[in-house]
Order: sequence, then structure tokens, then C-alpha cells
Amino acid sequence: MNTAPDRMTAQLLSVQGVCKSFPKPDGGELLVLDRVNLTLVAGQIVGLLGRSGSGKSTLLRLIAGLAEPSAGTLAFRGLPIAGCASGIAMVFQSFALFPWLTVFENVALGLEAQRMAKAAIRKRSLAAIDLIGLDGFESAYPRELSGGMRQRVGFARALVVHPDILLMDEPFSALDVLTAETLRTDFLDLWAEGQMPIKGVILVTHNIEEAVLMCDRILVFGSNPGRILGEIDVTLPQPRKRLDPTFRELVERIYVEMTSRRSGDGRSARAERFPGSGIGSVLPRVSSNLLAGLVETVAAPPFNGTADLPKIASDLQMEIDELFPVAETLQMMRFAEVEGGDIRLTPEGVAFANAQIDERKHIFARHLLNYVPLAAHIRRVLDERASHAARKSRFIDELEDFMGENHAEQTLRAVISLARYAEAFAYDDANEMFSLENPV
Amino acid sequence: MVNRAEPFAFVRDLATRWDLIAIVVVIGLLTFLAEASRGLLEPLAKLSAAPVSLDPINLPFYAARTTLRMFAALALSLLFTFTYATWAAKSARAEKLLVPVLDILQSVPILGFISITVVFFMSLVPGRVLGAEFAAIFAIFTSQAWNMAFSFYQSLRTVPHELEDCAASFRLTPWMRFWRLEVPFAMPALLWNMMMSMSGSWFFVVASESISVGHTNIALPGVGSYIALAIQQGSLRAIGWAIATMFIVILLYDQLIFRPLVVWGDRFRFDQEQGGHVPESWALTMLQRSRLMSALRALFDAVIRWTSRKAPRPELLLAPTATRGGRGGDLLWFSLLLLLLAFAVWRIARMLIGETTWHEAAHVSGLAALTMLRVLVLIGLASLVWVPIGIWVGLRPRATQIVQPAAQFLAAFPANLLFPVAVFGIVTWKLNPDVWLSPLMILGTQWYILFNVIAGAAAMPTELRYAAQNLGVSGPLWWRKVALPGVLPYYVTGAITASGGSWNAAIVAELASWRNVQVKAHGLGAYIAEATTAGDFHRIILGIATMSLFVVAVNRAFWRPLYYFAERKYRLS
Repeated sequence: MNTAPDRMTAQLLSVQGVCKSFPKPDGGELLVLDRVNLTLVAGQIVGLLGRSGSGKSTLLRLIAGLAEPSAGTLAFRGLPIAGCASGIAMVFQSFALFPWLTVFENVALGLEAQRMAKAAIRKRSLAAIDLIGLDGFESAYPRELSGGMRQRVGFARALVVHPDILLMDEPFSALDVLTAETLRTDFLDLWAEGQMPIKGVILVTHNIEEAVLMCDRILVFGSNPGRILGEIDVTLPQPRKRLDPTFRELVERIYVEMTSRRSGDGRSARAERFPGSGIGSVLPRVSSNLLAGLVETVAAPPFNGTADLPKIASDLQMEIDELFPVAETLQMMRFAEVEGGDIRLTPEGVAFANAQIDERKHIFARHLLNYVPLAAHIRRVLDERASHAARKSRFIDELEDFMGENHAEQTLRAVISLARYAEAFAYDDANEMFSLENPV
Repeated sequence: MVNRAEPFAFVRDLATRWDLIAIVVVIGLLTFLAEASRGLLEPLAKLSAAPVSLDPINLPFYAARTTLRMFAALALSLLFTFTYATWAAKSARAEKLLVPVLDILQSVPILGFISITVVFFMSLVPGRVLGAEFAAIFAIFTSQAWNMAFSFYQSLRTVPHELEDCAASFRLTPWMRFWRLEVPFAMPALLWNMMMSMSGSWFFVVASESISVGHTNIALPGVGSYIALAIQQGSLRAIGWAIATMFIVILLYDQLIFRPLVVWGDRFRFDQEQGGHVPESWALTMLQRSRLMSALRALFDAVIRWTSRKAPRPELLLAPTATRGGRGGDLLWFSLLLLLLAFAVWRIARMLIGETTWHEAAHVSGLAALTMLRVLVLIGLASLVWVPIGIWVGLRPRATQIVQPAAQFLAAFPANLLFPVAVFGIVTWKLNPDVWLSPLMILGTQWYILFNVIAGAAAMPTELRYAAQNLGVSGPLWWRKVALPGVLPYYVTGAITASGGSWNAAIVAELASWRNVQVKAHGLGAYIAEATTAGDFHRIILGIATMSLFVVAVNRAFWRPLYYFAERKYRLS
């Protein structure tokens, strides 16, 4: 079927200039997806690769008809998408199985919604269950199954309605490494053999290797607002081998793409790391343990101060979603430089790695107050006040001028966590107060 | 599928052990229905011709009638829950009104309303027993419905996002969504609330079956009327019979209905991990093992399927969001509400202001303050007793298994049954009724504190307890730093329920009688009870309005902040 001409050329899905924004509490709009274009032709697996917050899941929801775009058009087989179309099915990250329905009932649900005859429902459900390797589990409840088996139910449930397009929202990320790999391989086998009743696949992922392993085309997403940074065609023949040099090269290239500095739209390169600028930067919550841990790892042999990000990701078993925020926080605090798929410690970073705990806190505090504008701002407010205390709501209000409610809370929490490690200022959660006193 | 080669296989399979039991149960239920509904359409005069008698031989029939009333009310409550709560959860406009109304209804002393609703329902079916039945069922309904509706509303608001997305992407119709997603998801919490409602409504059974408003005296055949008569005639023996009957009835519906439901409802728990403790029920085993029952279940499934097919299917199914109309619609809706509000305020004011003097208003407020003091002191005392005991029990699984059902039974125990003891004691030793009648208020409600604390202590993570043990934390330090904070969120939940129930109970407990002796405490409960007996509607409304205000004020000012504090700081999740 892979060679069938209609499957090679027919355009299944076309996304043109799609934007999506959500209302902010102050009445403004928060843009999460900016002018995205995408086409899916029959016979292709297209990967949407990016970090959390890059809008790739939002795009998937738009395609599924679960939400409406603020601007632009989405067309499925030439017709505009309005609501959930019957030719598009979805596989969810958290499986989204109905715990009170058996495997069979879960799979049959989509057909029941189509009001198919009972005998036909049974036939097609059993066929889907067979195809995906769930024979014998028909009467089991999801809670009786392992994660891998649950996701197989998720696949069977999506395939049973014979969709043209299968949408997959990080379908393997909730599974352990081995299970995920088995499921990927099984899926690719069925796909290559043309056994599944689907014509095209869109896969959302934040796992670079997974994207290279599975996709024919990868769209790399950037954050704030979510947009497509680049497009990479993967022409390696299936089945692909992770250790194949061309495979590694491609992975490396995507790392470079995702860590490269962009200053096209006039903002400084450093501000680009985290969306927004000054105290308005959205900061990720990163544990100080991870910060110190990454600095130590990069400082130690074999890296000796400079490390290849793909290498360190696989050494530490970290996904880019975990690794990038840590690396970029180090960059923001000038302990490291991240560029070209590499992380390189600055002299201060090396000093930090070699210091003892008290000295470390000293260096950390200095960098925090010098290079993280929000931390400096909070400290200044506390210094200026006679009481040396300030309400949390005061800073939340300020942050909400720049970002949404959730991001404001997350950013403030991130700074609190860093400041606690640095002992730069204190925060009492019960009273929601910042202060300079050290709590007893 | 029927096996054609063996034409009698069906009969043979039918006769499993479980089927025999099932047939007995089904026929028994039918007989029970027939027994219980006997005489519904008879004229009221028949009631006085065959008055309630204390002969225990009548008790099975009375118990059947009472149970039927309670389940009729439960069915009504379910209907109310499925409509009211669903409307509130699906419409942003309706939600703004419906949720606060439900909150107020929850805190209003329902016992005070009985007199008003009786008159209303009697006028619907004049001269027939059915009218009085409706009134009684409605009274029981008002004691069951609110917490069920609240639980369902909260469940609807917390349906997991990915399941909603999934339902939308498979284009389930709203009808299918409701039965396949929303109701199952809400089921465990709803079942728990149904059980609580049944326990709580016994109190109202006693109050609602034997009603006297002004000159109208009605005693419907039932356990409640039996108790009322026993109190009136001062028959301790009859009280004993009534208690025994209640015990058996509670045991029966617990074993036959609620336990199977809870076990069955366990599959609807959303957390997908295998629970450590799997509840069991012999009745459910019977249901599941017998062919007869599985035929009934298949029928039910078929109905759901059939209605799902017939349900209208909208052309376009976007992700479900609360409906949001335009600005104009909002404006219209809210001005309509405002008008309605103004009208209601005007009516209430006309009713009250015309006939209420400032003096009386001050007097009623004073009485309310007295009752409030009683409730708070009693909750405090009950906490001192039951919190340590509850923690002790909750940490011992064996003890928990015995004590928790017992507490549930005691929560169903109507305070009226202890009137003999209270009145006798107060009269004999010339005690102050203002103090010594008070314990009756908390008699049925204190158990909520106990079983919530037990649940809290049982839910405390074992590792946390080991850690405390390992660090040598014991004595007062253990209570202060480990046990009490650990159960606080549960305790607060229990105390809120107990407090609400005690206000209600005040209407019964502040005015106790035994034969012809009446003992009265000063308080709002006695005020409302006296007004009810006198049929003085204006004083009833004044009393109820004042009590509602006090209950809402105490909830807002004290319980609710405490609840959020406990949830935020002490919830172990």
C-alpha cells in the first residue's frame, strides 16, 4: 500500500496560517500559536517536535476539531474542519481509557457513537483488538493492564473507526523506555505492512530520537508564541537504526536547530532563551539539585567543561523537556553557554562546580541577583521597605502584565525556589509573604 | 446465545444456586411493593378508622411502608440530582444561580418546612392518603437531595480533560456522554452520598410520618408514626420494638442494596491502580452469578443503547464547554433574576414586616444565639471525646471494621427515641432543661465526627506513621505533630456535617415530650417547633429565616475558612 499512487500524493490535511490565542485575565490575548502552515499527504508520518509550551499539542487539538483557531484555516480532504470529523482519530498521552469499560467496550465505543449495527461493531472491534495484539484481553478492565497494554487499547480504539488520519499526542511518553520501544516498533511494522486502516499520521513528541525514528518529516516548534522554526525531511529507509551514523547526524542537527540562537525579530539573543524579557521572562521551575548536578556532570571528565547535548541527554536519561530548561536556566545565570547542540561551562560555572556548599551558595546568590531580573526586583523591593516584607500578590499582579495567570505563578515559584537555595530572600507560603528574615 | 442442541440447557442453567436465591429475592420485593402500596388511594378517613397501633405484629408492614417512602424519596433525589446538577454544570448562566441556591438549601433547617409542605401537598390530593404520603416523601426528599446534587455537580466539573476530549473526538452525543462518561465518573461519590442521605433521612421519617399542623393530625402507617405513638403513650416496650425494627431494616437495605452498589461502583473509581482492599458483597455475587439478573442487566443496557441511538445528534460537536450566550442574553437572564429576587424580597418583607415587631425579631435572634452556643459547645465536647477515639480506632484496621458500620447505624438513630430517658431524668432530678436537653441535639450527628476521623486516621500513610515511630515521637508531641494534623481535613468535614445536622435536630430536641410531660429549652428550635404545633405560619417563616441566616453565617465565617485552611495545609495526597 505504501506504493499505491493515491496514498503517495493525495493531500489529506492542509493547515494554513493558523493562529490560536487565549484570553488573558487582564483582557488581553495570549498568543500560543503563530501563523502555522502544515500539510499532510497520504502515506506520511509527520512529527511535531518541540518542548512543552510550544503549542504543538494545541495544534493537534485544532486538527482534531476539539478547539477552534483564532485565525487561519484547517482543511481535511479539502473541506474545512468544524468540530470533530469522523475521519480523524486520536491517541492520547495518558491513554484516556474509560476505567469502567472493558477493553472491548472501550474499543467499541467509537463505533457505537456512529450507530453501527451490533454485529458489525463486534466484528470490527475484535478485528482491531486482534490487529494491535490484545487478543485474550477483551474482557479485562484497564486497571488490570500494564501501561503498554493500556496504550495498545488506545491505539485499537483509534483505529477501529477507520480514520484517514491518526493523531498521536506523545503516545509513548508515559511508558517506560523498553515498553515504548516495543510499541513504536510494532506500530512501524503495521504501518509499513499497510495493515492499519489509516492514510496518514501526525505525531506530537518532545523526544528527538523518537521523531527521527518514526517520521518522514519533522516540524520543529519554537516557544512563545508557538511557531514552526524549521522543517526536516527524514529520508532514511525504515527500519531505522539508532546507532546508524546518519541517524546520529540527524539527531545532532535537530539539537543544533533547537538550541540555536535566533535574533531575527530584533530581541537580544539572551532574552530569546526564555520568552519575554526583563522581569517579564517566563521561567521554568527547575530544581537547584538538577542545576548543580548538571554543572558537576559537565565539569567532570569525560566532558571537562563542554558537553554534547544529545550525549549528555542519553547519559543522564533525560528527555529534552527536562534537560533544556536546566541548561537554559544555567545559561540565564551565566554558568553555561548553550549553542550548536553543545553546553559549555563559563569560568564562573567551573568555579561553582569546584566550590564547597557555602561558597556555592555565595556564587549562586550573586548570579541570581545579577542576572535574573525578577529576583533582583523582589530583593530591591524588600530592601527598600522598612518592614522588609511584601505580599506575593503584589508580584503576581506585576507578572500578569506580561504573561498568563499560570505562567505568572510558575515563574514566581521558580524564582522562589532559586532564591531559597541562594538564601537571597525568604518566602512564607502560609501567609504568602516575601521577607528578608530567615525563617527559624 | 441459546444453544440449540440442548433445548433444556437454559432451564438447567437457570437453576443455579444463586438463581433460586434471586427468585426468592425478586418475588419478595414484589410482595413487599404490593404490601407497602396498599391503601395509598384510600380516603383519609380510613386512616383514622384504622389508626397506628403499638402491636408489634404490625411492625413489618409499617417498616415496609417507611422503607418504600425512603426509597421513593431517594429515587426523586436521584432525578433531581441528574437534572438540577447537570443543568448547573452545563450552563454558565444557570450555574450562577443554581449553585448558591443549593448551598443555601443545604443549610436550611428542613424540619421547619414540613408544616408548610404538608398543607401544600394535602391540597393537591384533597382528602386522600396520597397527599399526606407525598408530603412525607417530599420531607424525606429534602433531607436527601442536596448533598447528592452537590456531589454530582462537583463530579461533573472534574471529569478528566482527556476523557472529555476523547468523548468529543468520537462524537458521542450529549445523551451518550452523560450515561457513558459523566454518570459513571460521578458514581462512587454519588453512591457514598446516597448512603449518607439514607442514614440522615431516618430523622425525618420520624418527623414526617406523624404530622400535626394546627388542627390537622395525620399519622401515616410507618415506623415513624409508631415511634411517635409510643412516645405519646409512654411505652418503653414499643420503643424497644421500634429500635429493633430500625436495626433490621437498616441491616437489610445495607446488605441488599448499598453494599452491592458500593462493590459494583468500585469499578468506576477513576484512579486506575489496583486498590489494596477490594470490598465484597454476597448480594452482588448473587446478582452477577444468576442468569435472571444478567438478563435484567442486559435489558437495562439495551435501553441505554436504544435511547442513545434515538437521541438527537447535533451536526457539529465541538469540545464541550459550558454554554456561553451573548452579552444580550446574559443581560436578559440577569435582569430576569433581579426581578425575581426583588419580587421574593417584597413577598418575604410583606409577610414578616407586617406582623413582626422589633421586639419579636430581637427575641428570635436571642433564641438563635442560644441555639448557636449550644451547637458550638456540643460540637466542641463531641470532638474532645470522639477525635482521640476515632484516631485510636482508625489506626487499627480490625477495630475500624467493627466500629465504622456501627457509627453509621448510630448516625441513623433519631433523637426522639431517647426522649424517654431525657424527660424522665430531667423531671426526676429537677435538672435545667436548657443544659440537659442539649445532648439530644448532637445524639445523631456526633457520629459524623467519629466516622470521618476514623477514615482520616485509616488513610494516614503507613510510612508517615513508621517515620514518627522511628524518630521516637510519642505522647503529646505525637498527637500535636502527627495524629491531629493528619486527620484535620477529615475532622473538619465531619464537624461541618455534624454542625448542620445539629441545627436541624434542635427543632426536635429543644422540645421533648413523654406521655403528657413536656420539657422545653430556650432556643430557636423550640420556637419553631411550637410555632409548627400552633400552625402559626408567620412565626414559622420568621424562625426558619433566622435559623437559615445563622447557619449560613456560621458556615461562611467559620467552617468554610477552616475547611480551606485544612485542605490546603494538611491534606495528605
